[in-house]
Amino acid sequence: MDLLVEGVSHGYGALPVLDGVSLSIASGEIVALLGPSGCGKSTLLGIAGGMVAPGAGRVRLRGEAPAACLNPLTYVFQDFALLPWRDVAGNVALPLEHHGLGAAERARRVDDALARIGLSDFRGAWPRQLSGGMRQRVGIARALVVEPAVLLMDEPLSALDAQTRELLMEDLLALWRQTRFTALYVTHNLAEALRLAHRVVVLSRRPGRVREVVKVPVPVGERGAPAAAATLAALHERLWALVRDEARDAEREIADAGAA
Amino acid sequence: MPEPRDVAFRGGGFAPTRRRLAAPVAFAVLLLAWEGAGRAGWISPIFLPRPGAVLEALADLARSGALAAHLGASLSRIAGGWAIGTAAGFAAGLAIGLASLARSVGVPLVSALFPIPKIALLPLMILWFGIGEASKLATIALGVFFPTAIAVHAAVDGVPRNLVRMAQSFGVPARDILLKVVLPGAWPAILAGFRITASIALILVVSAEMIGAQQGIGQFVLQAGNLMIPEDLLAGILVLSLLGLAIGALIGAAERRTTRWR
Repeated sequence: MDLLVEGVSHGYGALPVLDGVSLSIASGEIVALLGPSGCGKSTLLGIAGGMVAPGAGRVRLRGEAPAACLNPLTYVFQDFALLPWRDVAGNVALPLEHHGLGAAERARRVDDALARIGLSDFRGAWPRQLSGGMRQRVGIARALVVEPAVLLMDEPLSALDAQTRELLMEDLLALWRQTRFTALYVTHNLAEALRLAHRVVVLSRRPGRVREVVKVPVPVGERGAPAAAATLAALHERLWALVRDEARDAEREIADAGAA
Repeated sequence: MPEPRDVAFRGGGFAPTRRRLAAPVAFAVLLLAWEGAGRAGWISPIFLPRPGAVLEALADLARSGALAAHLGASLSRIAGGWAIGTAAGFAAGLAIGLASLARSVGVPLVSALFPIPKIALLPLMILWFGIGEASKLATIALGVFFPTAIAVHAAVDGVPRNLVRMAQSFGVPARDILLKVVLPGAWPAILAGFRITASIALILVVSAEMIGAQQGIGQFVLQAGNLMIPEDLLAGILVLSLLGLAIGALIGAAERRTTRWR
């Protein structure tokens, strides 16, 4: 299933945050949305999944979702958004409960999702007992359990420390090799975008516009190889040049807004 | 080169800990001193009877069946009034917490009526419902209603919106969001509200019984005072404090059972 964002603009009151953003995500593709803080990345993700009503423009889906899919557009949240009063298995089961699946099918799906992200031994744990990385794994398992057509990931690694982020990134890469999931991946981290994405969409500072779309010419599986290092380094350099100006201007803008 | 000096310790303190035996020993000393002073004749038994005499009075009350009758009357008033007030306050608080219209109307209304000392409404309740049980139940229910509505409203407001949005993003129906996200999230704060409303119910039942009742701990305490039987008076107060402790322990047990995830 393809996700098409068409001419989306949005503002909060008099403050415009998105201005005519169009992009498409093809089935099996990971598109990273890169931009400085406050450029409307998260708002765009909210609009893409139907959680925020756009001021203008629309979002459409093309094609059918897989038969097992219960929730085509599924989020992974920066703050994990786990229910603290449910254990790991209960959190993962939440999105299944209103679908009238049999108990056996529900248990099978939960077991499968937990196994895919390596959580099977933690199914009875409370969220408060888990580290940040494990909590986000629960968030990912909860997203996988509905067999989503498109994953909408809102800075899923930003709340984690550097080592945990690296481990989770490896898990995401392994997951993509297994399942070829489709994702719109919001981040402000260039390295994450270059590890995972097929294309990187750079947004300008507020109001966010598509500044540039950069295709990463190395297959996801080969990005760790020494042969790819030079290409990726050059790309990193180019993207950083783009992002740096925007980030610097955005930073000043916020400082000015704070002073006013 | 000068001789190195030790770095002096300057932290510590400001971190009191609990000594396990201190409290029971202090209680025992206090009670023994009181009992001793009474026996020695230093304190007049009319002014303050000995703890032993109070316990004897309590035992007599238990044997005669008067204790059970008074306690039963008070407990049924507390239970009935608290249940009515909690049910209504729960519904109102939930509506205020979830619906814009209920919030716009309910918040000013509750804020305006909350500060009225509810015992002052007992005469009005007697006018409406008569001198019997109904006016007492209504007074307790009113006293419980407002704090419950405020506690439930605040508790619902305190449920993180991102959890509600998360559930919506998975297509969870509104009724399920209420049952699986809003109510469990609000529950600890609602239980904390129950502690307050239970003590309000206890205060109101005693006050209402002192104003007009045939039976009940409040009536018993007032009558013991009028008849100058301080042993009975203190026995009644002892029963009331035990009742308050028991209700608190009950709510504490409910808290531990239902909020193990915290």
